[in-house]
Amino acid sequence: ALEKTDWVFPSFRENGVYIALGHPPHMILQYWSGDERGLRTTEDKNIFPVCIPVASHLPHAVGAAMAAKYRGDKIVVAAYFGDGGTSKGDFHEALNFAGVFRLPVIFICQNNQWAISVPRERQTASRTIAQKAIAYGFHGLQVDGNDIFAVYRATKEALDRAKGGEGPTLIECFTYRVSDHTTADDASRYRKKEEVDGWKTKDPLLRLRLYMEKKGLWTAEYQKEVELKAKAEVDKAEKEAESIAHPDPRDMFTYTYAALSQRLQREVKDF
Amino acid sequence: MTKLNMVQAINLALREEMQRDKDVLILGEDVGRDGGVFRVTEGLLDRFGPERVVDTPLAESAIVGAAIGMASYGLKPIAEIQFLGFIYPAMDQISNHSSRLRSRSRGRYTCPLVIRAPYGAGIKAPEHHSESCEALFCHMPGIKVVMPSSPYYAKGLLISSIRDPDPVLFLESTRLYRLLKEDVPEGEYVVPLEKARVVQEGKDVTIISWGFMLHRVLQAVEGFDAEVIDLMTLNPLDEETIYGSVKKTGRIVIVNEEPKTGSFGSELSASIAEDMMLFLKSPVMRVSAYDTVLPLPRLEEYYMPSVEKIRKSIADAMRY
Repeated sequence: ALEKTDWVFPSFRENGVYIALGHPPHMILQYWSGDERGLRTTEDKNIFPVCIPVASHLPHAVGAAMAAKYRGDKIVVAAYFGDGGTSKGDFHEALNFAGVFRLPVIFICQNNQWAISVPRERQTASRTIAQKAIAYGFHGLQVDGNDIFAVYRATKEALDRAKGGEGPTLIECFTYRVSDHTTADDASRYRKKEEVDGWKTKDPLLRLRLYMEKKGLWTAEYQKEVELKAKAEVDKAEKEAESIAHPDPRDMFTYTYAALSQRLQREVKDF
Repeated sequence: MTKLNMVQAINLALREEMQRDKDVLILGEDVGRDGGVFRVTEGLLDRFGPERVVDTPLAESAIVGAAIGMASYGLKPIAEIQFLGFIYPAMDQISNHSSRLRSRSRGRYTCPLVIRAPYGAGIKAPEHHSESCEALFCHMPGIKVVMPSSPYYAKGLLISSIRDPDPVLFLESTRLYRLLKEDVPEGEYVVPLEKARVVQEGKDVTIISWGFMLHRVLQAVEGFDAEVIDLMTLNPLDEETIYGSVKKTGRIVIVNEEPKTGSFGSELSASIAEDMMLFLKSPVMRVSAYDTVLPLPRLEEYYMPSVEKIRKSIADAMRY
C-alpha cells in the first residue's frame, strides 16, 4: 500500500516490509550479521534504519511527518512497532504529538501478543491496543493481522486519510509470534506448545493459499513455481551477503561525524 | 554596533538564520507565544509563524525525537529543552539515535539538529533548574557540545551550530543570559566549532574554562601572568590550542561547574597528563563543583567554584 516516496520507520521485526518495498534482501542478512552497511538502504527509498530500542523511533516518524507537512510534500509516514512498544513513554509522546499536530502518519502495531516472555495482558489493561487512539483524538482500528487483505485495506485507507489531511491512524494488527523472540530465546519457558500450534494453522500464507484455492487461483504447479522462486531469491541473498567484502575498519571513524575531529584524526593515524 | 546581552544575541542568531534558510525551524515548550521562559525566542513566532516556531506538548523525548525525524528529512530543527535538568527523558533520543544515525546508516541519513538548553547554577532557580552535566554528552561520540561564554561568541557559535552537519548540543548559561552586554554585529559572522580561544595570553599558568566559569576565571587571574582559554566547543576537543598552551606554561588549572568526579575537566586533565606529561611543572588542577547533589539556592554559591577557590588553585599550581 505504501509508495516509494513515503517514509517508513521500522522496528526490528519488519523484514517483510523491507522486502515488500524492494530493499535488497542480502542487505538484511548483512546488517544482522554485524555490518552497518546493510542499513544503508538504496537512494530511491526512504526506509529508516531499524530501531532497536523499543518504540524510540516513533517520535522520529512524527518528526518526519511534521517536516513533510511543513514542506507541503504529499507523502505519508508509516511507523511499525509491537505490542510491547505500546508500553513505552515514546509511544505516548509520539501519538500525542501526531494527534495534536494532525500529522500524516500511520502507526502500525504488530500485536503478536508476546514481548519476549511478557504477554499482551501485562503490557496494558486496555481491552485492545486500537482503542488507545481514542485518547489521542484520532482514528484507531483493530484488524486480523493474519488476513493479508484486511491489513492491506486498513493500511491503504489510513494512507488515504493521511494524504487527505485527515490526520493519523493507529492500526492494531492482531497476530501471533509463532517463533521464539530470537535464536537466543526459548519460548517454551513461558508459553504452551498448544497455544503456538493453534496459531500455526492461522498462518497468513496458509490462509491466502486457502483463499486462492477456493477462487481457483492456486494449483500445485503454481505452488512449486512460487516456492522455487522464493528459494532462489533467498539463496541469492545469502550468496550475495556472504560474498560482500569485510567492511573497512576505518568506516567507524569516517561515519561518526561529517569530518574527522582532531582526536579522531589522531586515532585513525595510530590505528 | 549594538550592545546586546546573551539572550538578545542568541535571539538575533536565530532570527538571522531563520531568515536566511527556510529549513531552519524551532520547536520546544513555550518557545512560541511566550517567547521561551528566558525570552530567547521572543518575537520569532510573529515573524516566522507557528509552522516554524512550534509550541509542542510538554515532552522532552518527543521534542528531540521529532527533531531527529525532521533533521533526517532535510530540515534544520532547533529544539529547545527548557532547562538542562529536564533533558534526561531525551537522553535515549540523543545518545541512541541522534549521535548514531550517520554511522548506523553509513551516511544515508544525517542528523543536523541543534538542541539548545539553559544550564548552570547561580540564578536562584528551583530544584532541577541549575544542572551542569555537559560531560554526559561529551561521552557520546557523534554529538558536538558547545558552551558559549559571551553574547558575541554565543551568536557566532550558534550560527555555526545551526549550519553544522551533525547534532550539536548548545548549552547556554542562565547566569550569563543577562549578566553582561557586548558589541554584537548584526548580520552574518561565524565562530568556528571545535576551536578554543585564547582569551588572554600569559606565561606562567594556563586556566581552561567554558561558559559562565570563564568570568570567574578572569577575575581570579588578576595578579598572575596567566593564559586563559575559553574552550567554547568541548567535544570534539581542540587539542592543538590546549597542548600549545601546556607547552608554553607547563601549569594547568581547569575550572568548571560540574561535580568533579567524571566531569569534562577530568577528561581534559587525563588527556593533558597522558599526552603532555613531560611539559608539566605541576599537577593538573581541577576546580569543580562538589560531588554532592546540587543544593537549592540558599547554598548554591557554596557549591559553585568561587573566585577565591580558583585563585587558591592557581596559587597552588604556581607554588608547586
